Amino acid sequence: MTRRWAERVMGLLFLLCGLTAVALLALIAAYLFLSGLPAIRELGLGPFLLGRTWDPDTLQFGILPLLLASLWATAGAVVLGVPAGFFTALFLAKAAPPRLAGLVRGAVDLLAGMPSVVVGLVGMTVLVPLLRERLSLPAGDTLLAAILMLAVMLLPPVIAVSQDALAAVPAAYEEASLALGATPEETWLRVTAPAARSGLAAAAALGVGRALGEATAVLMVAGNVANMPSLLSSVRLLTTGIAIEMNYAAPGSLHRQALFSIALVLFVLVVLVNILLTLALRRGRGAR
Amino acid sequence: MKKRLIPLLGALLILTAGCGGGARDAVSTDGSTSMAVVMAALGEAYREKHPGVVVNYSGTGSGAGVEAVLAGTCDIGLSSRELTEAERAAGAAGHLAALDGVAVVVHPDNPIRELTLPQLTAVFTGLITQWSQLGGPAAPIAVYGREAGSGTRSAFEAAVSAGGRCVYTNEYGSAGDVAGGVAANPNAIGYLSLAAVDGSVVPLSLGGAACTLENLQAGLYPIWRPFLLVTGPEGPRSAAAGAFLNYALSPAAAGPIARAGATPAAP
Repeated sequence: MTRRWAERVMGLLFLLCGLTAVALLALIAAYLFLSGLPAIRELGLGPFLLGRTWDPDTLQFGILPLLLASLWATAGAVVLGVPAGFFTALFLAKAAPPRLAGLVRGAVDLLAGMPSVVVGLVGMTVLVPLLRERLSLPAGDTLLAAILMLAVMLLPPVIAVSQDALAAVPAAYEEASLALGATPEETWLRVTAPAARSGLAAAAALGVGRALGEATAVLMVAGNVANMPSLLSSVRLLTTGIAIEMNYAAPGSLHRQALFSIALVLFVLVVLVNILLTLALRRGRGAR
Repeated sequence: MKKRLIPLLGALLILTAGCGGGARDAVSTDGSTSMAVVMAALGEAYREKHPGVVVNYSGTGSGAGVEAVLAGTCDIGLSSRELTEAERAAGAAGHLAALDGVAVVVHPDNPIRELTLPQLTAVFTGLITQWSQLGGPAAPIAVYGREAGSGTRSAFEAAVSAGGRCVYTNEYGSAGDVAGGVAANPNAIGYLSLAAVDGSVVPLSLGGAACTLENLQAGLYPIWRPFLLVTGPEGPRSAAAGAFLNYALSPAAAGPIARAGATPAAP
């Protein structure tokens, strides 16, 4: 009797903990919509999203430069970082001799625990001057620097998740492939990777989310001028736009409201990425 | 032991209660975040002379500070920019307590030590893009500044008559970041509050005047912004506020103001 009670209480407790996460998300979403919508309503969704000029002094709040910079930086980082992360994971899970794998894994874990401000500091003191000198730019703070920075930062989560996905593929699949005469490399790429597809897609999504949301490290290397993005000029991302201007945006002003609207756009983007990914995964499964 | 603690706790309570305003011996100031250091120095120095008076500071920004003093929710508003027409019309009066010099700085390796204001305008509006055009090395100019909304930025852009026309290479969120950015890039030129200039960057002379306290007081150095103590239409809202205002504008306040890195308006 008492035992059943204890189980019920514990069950309730777990449910409560689970619901807390949902409630927090709902709370954040509600707050973002409440504080982000007024500026969008005042400026109009079109002018806000597609306006090419962000200049709080003249009350011009167009976030197209920020939006494009965020998308380009994320795309660049994903193109560089996700394949690198995938192959690192493949190497760790399948090809590496145990001792070397241990070493690499330790390094990756360390990189994962590196605070983004430290990564940013290295970028600021090493990468930025290097780009300036090599490319003879006025300053090395560029979209390119941001892309490289983000690519490094999304490596650890991508590696960790892909590695788990690859390791979860049943050994029988690989054994069957090898028994049919495929080389180990063929087996990994043609059998293991496709079988781990959903996990690998989750890894890529995690990478996109990480790149889209990172602020600190990018703030230190991107230059932060709201230019329309080009690879070798200073750019301002959605995240850094909020971070750099929140200080002096007077409470209640349109400027501050517009910054909250940027946060809302960022939130919607991350949700969209997750939804698209889930859909893609389902369709992939359905086709098989 | 316990009995002795009680009056001590009581005293603490009274002290902290002063923070809410209302208490007769508290002066509440509210406004510019740039004036935080100066206000802390003034408050501390004033408390040494008048132990019964607490000067509270709350950093909400210049606009919010002027609004607060007009609404009567603080005794003295703090503004690090000139008052607007609308604010003056509403009865706000600014009292100049200090000047905040805006230094234009370059990397120590840069041989340039002096510019004219028109040259500065040309550099910051993108008309001059190479140091060689100014007699310097063959290198591109990286123009560093503050983010929109910063008081230093609006003071600088107004002084070089380039409001809204500046073409920046990089924007930074604080004076310290500008100094760090310029110190790390030999191509860079940037501006920041004189108080934040350290040995890592070199301030330029403008039109022949170096950025020093003396030149600022003499009106020779052209780029600065005011640190204003703002009162409402009825003047200071309490005797304590009036006394503090008088002190802050008197030569006696020059020491603490200069120690905080600003230039006292009263020499």
